[in-house]
Amino acid sequence: MTDSNPEPRGQLQAAPESFIPADLVSAISAKGINAERRGLIKGAFASALATMAGVTTAAGGDPNIVTLPEWSTTLGKSVATHPYGQPSRYESNIIRRQSPGLTQTDQASVAFTPLQSLFGMMTPSGLHFERHHQGWVDIDPRRHRFMINGLVKTPTVFTLEDILRLPSVSRMHFLECGANTALEWGNSAVPTVQYTHGMLSGSEWTGVPLSLLLERVGIDLSKAKVILAEGADGSSMTRTINIANALDDCLVAYGQNGEMLRPEQGYPLRLVVPGVQGVSWVKWLRRIEVGDAPYATKDESSHYVDLMPDGLQRQYTAIQEAKSVITSPSGGQRLKNSGYYCITGLAWSGRGSVKKVEVSVDGGRNWREAQIQGPVLQKMTTRFTLDWVWRGEPALLQSRVTDSTGYVQPQRAALLEVRGARSIYHNNAIQTWRVNRAGEVDNVQLG
Amino acid sequence: MYNWAKALLVSLLIYSSLVQASPYPDAWQDIGRPATADELEAWDIDVRPDFTGLPEGAGSVAQGEGLWLDKCASCHGDFGDSNEVFSPIVLGNITPEDIASGRVAALTDSAVVRTTLMKVATLSTIWDYINRAMPWNAPKSLQTDEVYALTAYLLNLGYIVDDDFVLSNDNIHAVQAMMPNRYGMTTDHGLWSAAGRPDVVGSRCISDCNADTTITSFLPDYAMNAHGNLRDQMRDYGPFPGIQTAPEANVISAPVPTSTAPDALLLANGCSGCHQQAGPLLGPSFDDIMAKYKNQDATDYLRTKIKNGGSGVWGTMAMPPMPHVDEEALLAISQWLVAGR
Repeated sequence: MTDSNPEPRGQLQAAPESFIPADLVSAISAKGINAERRGLIKGAFASALATMAGVTTAAGGDPNIVTLPEWSTTLGKSVATHPYGQPSRYESNIIRRQSPGLTQTDQASVAFTPLQSLFGMMTPSGLHFERHHQGWVDIDPRRHRFMINGLVKTPTVFTLEDILRLPSVSRMHFLECGANTALEWGNSAVPTVQYTHGMLSGSEWTGVPLSLLLERVGIDLSKAKVILAEGADGSSMTRTINIANALDDCLVAYGQNGEMLRPEQGYPLRLVVPGVQGVSWVKWLRRIEVGDAPYATKDESSHYVDLMPDGLQRQYTAIQEAKSVITSPSGGQRLKNSGYYCITGLAWSGRGSVKKVEVSVDGGRNWREAQIQGPVLQKMTTRFTLDWVWRGEPALLQSRVTDSTGYVQPQRAALLEVRGARSIYHNNAIQTWRVNRAGEVDNVQLG
Repeated sequence: MYNWAKALLVSLLIYSSLVQASPYPDAWQDIGRPATADELEAWDIDVRPDFTGLPEGAGSVAQGEGLWLDKCASCHGDFGDSNEVFSPIVLGNITPEDIASGRVAALTDSAVVRTTLMKVATLSTIWDYINRAMPWNAPKSLQTDEVYALTAYLLNLGYIVDDDFVLSNDNIHAVQAMMPNRYGMTTDHGLWSAAGRPDVVGSRCISDCNADTTITSFLPDYAMNAHGNLRDQMRDYGPFPGIQTAPEANVISAPVPTSTAPDALLLANGCSGCHQQAGPLLGPSFDDIMAKYKNQDATDYLRTKIKNGGSGVWGTMAMPPMPHVDEEALLAISQWLVAGR
C-alpha cells in the first residue's frame, strides 16, 4: 500500500471553539444546536477563516488543491476489477476482531463488529459479528434440507428450492448475542465499543415466515408450546423458542442485506427470531421440531443461563431488553481538539421500538434528548445523534434508551443490585465513556 | 411465564390476514414433501429432559474411561478438569449434600469456577450434547452405547455414580434424581417472552439527578494495549482517531498483512487448538515437528498422520484424527512442515 501524499491534510488545527463566542457555546451546550445557533457558528467560522486566509495562501494554498492529485490526472481502473466489491484500502482498520484470551479455541469463539466506525442502522454483512460454537461451515445449497417435525400433521422436508419458491418477506431486525457486554459485569475489562458492544448488528433479513411453514405442515396449535431449532453444522446447535415468537415474527431466512446469507451467518438458511438473543437465531438451520415442553439443550443449561446471587440460574432467558450505547466518541478514540462534535450511537429493544434516547455528558446527573434518525423500526437498531461542544473539560458520556413499552435502560448499579455481577448474559446497563482533558476517551464504570 | 392465549390470537390474526391477502391462498400448499421414517430417525436425535427421544442402550463407567482417554482427554484432561481448551466439566466442587438437596451450594461462591456438572440440571442435556456434537473434531461419530458409557464416566468423575456403574435407558431416570443441581434452574423471570415483566427498570430523571459519578473501574494503562494498538482499530482520519496505546518504538506503520496459508489453514482446521509455533501446547510445537522432518521425504507421512491421528511419536497424548481437513489443506500443511522455517 502506498500513499504518495498523505500529508498535509488541509485541516485547520486551531480549535473552532475559539472562533465561537462564549455565550453561544454555553447556549449550544445547554440547549443543543438549532438553525439560529448553527447560523451563528457559520458566521464565526467565516470571520475566522477570513483572518486565516493570509496564512493559507502564503504557502500557495492546500497542495491537495493546488497540485492536482494523481487520481485527478490518471485513468481509473476497469469495471469489474473486483467482481465482488471491496472496501477502500484506506479502510483496512475497520474489521472484525477477536478479544485476546477470551476463548481458548478459534472455533467456539467470537469476532466483534467495529461499531465505532460504522454509520446508520445497518451493519455491512462482512462486518457482522461472528459467534460460532464449533466452527463455521459452507454448505452446498443443493444438498441442504430443512425438516419440520414433532407436533405437526405431516413431518415435512423442504429443499432450498422449495423455500425459495414460497411467499417471502424482508424485514430489518437487530441481532444481539445474549452475552454482548458480558465482559463488563464485574469491571471495565475491554477498551473499545467493538469489544464491549460489538456482538450487535442490524440487517435486513429475507425469508419465509415461520408461521406460514408451520401452517403448511399442520401444526397442532392445541398442544404446541415451543419449537426446537437445530443447525446442520457439527455442533447441530439447538435452542428452545417460545411458540408465541415462532408464530409471530420468526423467519426462516436465506437473505441478508439483499444477498444470500454469508456462510458465517448460516448460509443457506438461518432462523430469525426478532428481539431474541442471537443464540436462538440458529444458523445452518436443518430442522424445527414442534414440542410441548422445553428441551434444556446444552446452550440453555450449561451456557446461556443467568446465574443470580442466590445460586439459582435463570433458564430460557431470551428477550434482549432495551439497550443503547454511544459509538462515537467512545473508548479508545481521541478528540483532536475542543469544539463541536456530533455524539452518535445506537439504541434497540427486543420488546418493541425505540421511543426516546437521552444523553448525559456529566455521568448521569443531567440528560438531554437525542435526535432519533429514522426509520424507527420494531426490534431494530436505531441511530441517535446529539450536538455537543466540548470545551476541553473532563466529561462522562452516557446514553439511555426508553422503549415503546415505557421501559427505561437501567444504570449499572441498579442492574447489579438485583442480578449480581456473575450472570454473564443480558447486561443492558448504561455504558459510560470518560473523556479526559487531552480528549482521550476510555471505558469506565461509575459507583 | 407464558402468555399463550394473547400471543396465539395475535399470531393467528396476522397469519390469516397474510393468507387472505393472496388470490391463491393455498397455491403453495404442495411445496415440500412428507419426511420418511428413515429421514426422521437420522435427524430427530434430540433428547428431552423427560428422556423422550433417548435411544435404548447401555455403557459402563469403565468403558467410558477408555473412550474418554482415547477421544476426549486431549481437550478436557484425563479427569474432565482441564481448563486448557474448554471450561472444566468437573472440578470436585460438588458435595454429597448437593446431591441430596439438588442445589449446588458452591454456585453462590464467586471464587469457585463453574463447571458443567455444577450448572446442568438435566442429565438429558449431557447425553444429548455428547451424542450430537462430540468429539470436537468428529461430531456424531459415537455409537449409542459409547454415549452412555461416556455419560457414565462423567457422572463417576462427579461422584454421582460408583466405579462399577452401568448407565442405561432403564436406570437413567433414577440417575436424574441424583443430579447435583437438579433444582438449580428457575423460569421465574421476564425474559422468556416479549410480554415478560422486567426485573430492573432505569430512572426517568433528567436534571440534577442523584447520580454517583465516582469512577469505580477503568482499564489501567498497562491493559490499554492488551487488544493491540487502538490507533490501528479506528478510522485513521476524521474526528475520532484511535489512541496510540502501543509503545511508539514498536509501532509498525504499514498495515499488518493478513495471515497467509498455512497460518489460515492451521487456524481454520483447528490445528492451533493443540499446536503452536514454539513450545509444546497439548501437542508438539510446529518448530519441533519441522526440526524432526525438515527436508525429509515425509510429506505423505505427515498427511496421513494429520488425517488419521496417532500416538507415541511425541509422548502419550494422542493426536486425534482430523478427517475434516481437505486434501489441499493437508498437502499445504505437510509441505510447509517439511520445508521448515
